[in-house]
Formats: sequence, C-alpha cells, structure tokens
Amino acid sequence: MSTANHTLVIKDLHVTVDTDQGTKEILRGVTLTINSGETHAIMGPNGSGKSTLAYSIAGHPKYTVTGGTVTLDGEDVLAMSVDERARAGLFLAMQYPVEVPGVTVSNFLRTAKTAIDGEAPKLRMWVKELKQSMSDLKMDPAVSERGVNEGFSGGEKKRHEILQMELLKPKMAILDETDSGLDVDALRIVSEGVNRAKETTGAGVLLITHYTRILRYIQPDFVHVFVDGRIAEQGGSELADRLEAEGYDRFQTAAPASVTSA
Amino acid sequence: MSLLAQKNTTDGPVLVGAHTDSAEAFVPDQSRAERTTSYAVADFPVPSGREEDWRFTPVDRLRALFAEADGTPLRRDESLPDGVTVSSISREEWQGSGAPKPADRAAVIAAARAASISVLDIPAETELTEPVRLVLTGDGVLSHGHTVIRVGNFAKATIVLRHEGDAQYSELLSVVVGDGADVTVVTVQEWADTALHLGQHDVVVGRDATVRHIAVTLGGGIVRLNTNASYAGPGGSFEALGVYFADAGQHQEHRLFVDHEAPHCRSNVEYKGALQGDSAHTVWVGDVLIRASAEGTDTYELNRNLILTDGARADSVPNLEIETGEIAGAGHASATGRFDDQQLFYLQARGIDEDTARRLVVRGFFAAIVGRIGVPEIEEHLMEAIDRELEATA
Repeated sequence: MSTANHTLVIKDLHVTVDTDQGTKEILRGVTLTINSGETHAIMGPNGSGKSTLAYSIAGHPKYTVTGGTVTLDGEDVLAMSVDERARAGLFLAMQYPVEVPGVTVSNFLRTAKTAIDGEAPKLRMWVKELKQSMSDLKMDPAVSERGVNEGFSGGEKKRHEILQMELLKPKMAILDETDSGLDVDALRIVSEGVNRAKETTGAGVLLITHYTRILRYIQPDFVHVFVDGRIAEQGGSELADRLEAEGYDRFQTAAPASVTSA
Repeated sequence: MSLLAQKNTTDGPVLVGAHTDSAEAFVPDQSRAERTTSYAVADFPVPSGREEDWRFTPVDRLRALFAEADGTPLRRDESLPDGVTVSSISREEWQGSGAPKPADRAAVIAAARAASISVLDIPAETELTEPVRLVLTGDGVLSHGHTVIRVGNFAKATIVLRHEGDAQYSELLSVVVGDGADVTVVTVQEWADTALHLGQHDVVVGRDATVRHIAVTLGGGIVRLNTNASYAGPGGSFEALGVYFADAGQHQEHRLFVDHEAPHCRSNVEYKGALQGDSAHTVWVGDVLIRASAEGTDTYELNRNLILTDGARADSVPNLEIETGEIAGAGHASATGRFDDQQLFYLQARGIDEDTARRLVVRGFFAAIVGRIGVPEIEEHLMEAIDRELEATA
C-alpha cells in the first residue's frame, strides 16, 4: 500500500459562504499539490480560511466553490458527493467532531469501513485491528459501545478521529486543527497515531494548525502560511520555526497596510 | 444507557417553530386531579375541540367514536402461556375490581358499548417466560373494546397487544397490578392509514410493584392514547416508554398522567417521536401530579421529537404539579428539533451514503428507548418498521 502513489491537486480554488451580511469569499485562489507520503502543514491566523479549505475539499454543503479545481489522481473531486469523496480516499479529521447519539462507535466504524472498502471487513481481523488501534491510542475499550462522540471529552473526540484515519486508511488525510484543545500527553498520543497511519498507508497528510506545537511530533515536509484566503508564503519546516518565533504579525499587518498606505 | 446520561443529552434543546412548551401554552385553571371521571356517559358531553384535553385532536373526524352506538368487536388472536386465562366479568364486578373510571367521552362509550368485558388473569406468583400475545384486528367498522388485565401479587409477566387492520376503535384498558409484581405491557399500533383509535389505558401499580407501559405507534389515521398511572401503595415504580413515527396525514397523540398519591413511588416517562411528510402531527402531553401525601416521590418525564421534513408539526407539553416539597426528585425535558445536517455530513464524510446515514441517525435517535423495551421480538420488529418508514420516503 505504501508504494502506491496518489496525488491531490488543488488549483486556484475559490470558495464563498453565505452569511447574514451576504455572500463572502473565503478562499481566494488556493493552489496546492499533495503526494502520497508527504506532510503539508497549513498554518495561519484565525479566520484566514484554513478550515474552509478543509471542509471545501470534503464537500460540506455550507461552502460554494466558485472557481478552480480539486482532483485526486485526476478524478474531479468537486463533482463527487461527500460520501463519494470519502470512498475515493479522502479523509477529514474534524476540529469539532459531531455527536451522533445512539449510534455506537463500533457500529459506526464497521459501517464506515464497509462503505469505504465496498465489502464488510472479516469479523475476526476487524475486531483485532479495532482493539489494537484503540489500545495504541490509549482509548478505553468501553468507548466502542458508546454513542459516536456522545459525551466524549475533547481529547477522546480527537483520538476517535485519528482512530478512524488508522482504520479507514485514506489516500489523503486532512487534519483540521486536530491539536486544538489537547494537553501534551494527548497531543503526543494523537500525533503518534497520525505517524503510524501515515507509515502503514503512505497517505498524504494536510495538517491544518494554528500552532507550531504539533509539528514537534509530526514532521512536515512543507509549510504553507495561509493568510486571507490564500497561501502567502511557503517553505520547509524551517518556516514553522520562524513562525514560532515571530508569530503571524508579519503577514497580518501587511495586508491592511497595502490598502491604506498605497 | 443510563437514565442519567439520557438526561444530560437533553441540555440545550433545539426549538423550532412547531414546538409548543408549557410556558407558552395556557395554564390550566384547575388541578389535573379535578378532571371528570365517571361511569356515566352523560357526564361527558361530545367534545368540541375547545376543551383542554381535546384541543389538539381533530375531533370532527371522530364523531363515530363519540356516538352512543353499538359496534362489532375486533377479531382477537391470542397466545396464552400456561396459567394465564381469559374470561369475562359483569359491569358490577368491573366497578369493584379496582380499575379506574373512564376519563373521557370515548372511554366511557367504549365501556358502555363493548359487547363484554374481557379479563386477562395472571395469577399470583406466576412467572411467565413467554409474553402473553394478543393480536387485535379491525375490519373497517366501529368497534369498542373493554379489557381488564389483572396481575396477582408477585407475578412476573409481559403482555403484548398488537393492533392491526382498519377500524374505528375506542377502548378502555385497565391494568391492575398486585403487590410486588413485575409487569410490562406493550401496545403496538400498526393500523392501516385510515384507522381511528381512541384509547384509555389505566395502570394501577401495586405496593412495591414495577410496571412498564410501552406504546409503539406507527400506523393509523388518528391514534390517541391516554395512559394514566396511579399507585395502590408505597414503593411502586412506573415507567412509560413510547416510540412513534408519523407520516403525512397521520395524527398521533399520546397523553400521560402519572398521579402520585402514595409516598415513595417512582415514575419515569420517556417518549420519542419522528415525523415526516406534510401535515404529519404528533402530540405529547405529560402530566405529573405529586399530591401532598406523596412524599419521597421521584419522577422524570422526557419527550423528544425529530422532524425529518417540512410541513410536520410536533406539539409537546409537559406539566408538573407539585403539592409537597418533600420529594426525591421531579423534572421534565422536552425538545423538538429538525434532522441535524451536521450529523449527516459527519457520517457521509466517512463514506456512508446518505440513505444509510439518515437511517443510522434515526435509529440512533430511537435506540435509547427501543433498547430498553426488553422484549426482543418487539425491539427487532420496531427497528425494521422504522427502516421501512424511512425507505417509504427515501
């Protein structure tokens, strides 16, 4: 599996969202290519459109794509429904995973696995794999009989997201602020889970974060600074170090200044 | 799932336009205890729809059931475990049986016009391993039913009543439970879409007895079920669970009244309903009265409605009347919400197609109650029926 090479190509993506104040353009031309095995960190201040990028790729109905393309191995992702995108190999670990009361984690995971693979997993293998993955993520086995995200702590929700990444084995995983709200221990456990999944599946990872903290555990190959709906700067992991030292001020002050001082 | 966990999930209810809560509804000018109950038909005028207890009901379509006319009994197929008998009693015996009096026009007519009063007897200390099953089938005509279920002291039994076919049916059902007994009564309404059903179910909980009344309403044009519980002595426990699913044109109404007079009794009411289709209408009214003598009462009631499509309306009215401060607990929760698109997105983002995702969410919504019915044949049947309801509109 790790030998397969997949490519997610985002070209000049423009996305709007309808608000009470009318239609607002959030993404203003995003271009990015992610290959299998690569980890791309997208960093940026709040409101820069990082999450919009994640949800637009996953197909959330709240966002309207007004221009550009997204393709996975040449297939038009934007033409697919949300579930088709997931079956094509895209995965979004959400910042705020949704509670689905009454649907047990084990039932949910098996249903999702069956949908992604196109056939039900072999029961014995599946149970073993589920147990192992939960144990690796230091999840209480009793969680599997609870409702999906129902009454989960912030840390439990994030572990559950990464558990799904490990089990569903996507080609491309988008992690939307998976680090937010995690203490150091949980952050380490979750990061190890991501690294493990990456190693076994060779997935490409798009890691969206506000902070550099998670990058100590998950080594990015590329860092993109996201400001005002587009990529303002890109580089290697050294860019993250610079952001850690300087923050986003350099980018944020630049944008309004160009309007007023011209 | 524990009751406590269930309570926690009701925080922050989503209120939509079709929701009525007790605060905005008018406050009754009398105690729930003052409602008329009587053996005399004349004590109950034909409802106009303006009465507090009929204000949600389409009474104009129910004239046949308010008329003093004879009908034809429903066909009854019964499966009785050893020791369980069915016989009939006279009106005098009924009135002396401890069964409560009729409480509305439809029930008093049912009692007056039923061809006979059937009695199902479960003798004291009998422990049934199989449910008592009664299937009642209508042939599209006016029917009256009058049944008393007598459960002896320390008996343990499950009774399943299933209603099928088409009928204009009014019934009075009394479940009189002896001390220390453990009884589950399941009533399933799977009528044809044209059927009318007005029912009064009274449960009298014996001292230290545990009684569960479970209503499952899926079919019928109009189904209105009034379930009343009272306690014959201290230490009794009553649980009412309900699941309903209303489609276009259906009116499903469940009214509950738990009358706490004996001390140290418990009650728990949980009803969940889904609605889909134009003019689907559900009504849930949960009245709990804790009288001055009912010290140590612990009561909770919950109603949740899931509106799947536009054009459906769910009314939900919890009422709690408390006449003593010496109680263990009293609370209620009511929430009516639309189908949550975020849940759908989450499941679809994991590769699950929309129909399956929708089914999972609705099954999950009902799961907390269905899983507690405790009668496997009903639980399975119910989940399948819910799937079918969803497929009908998919």
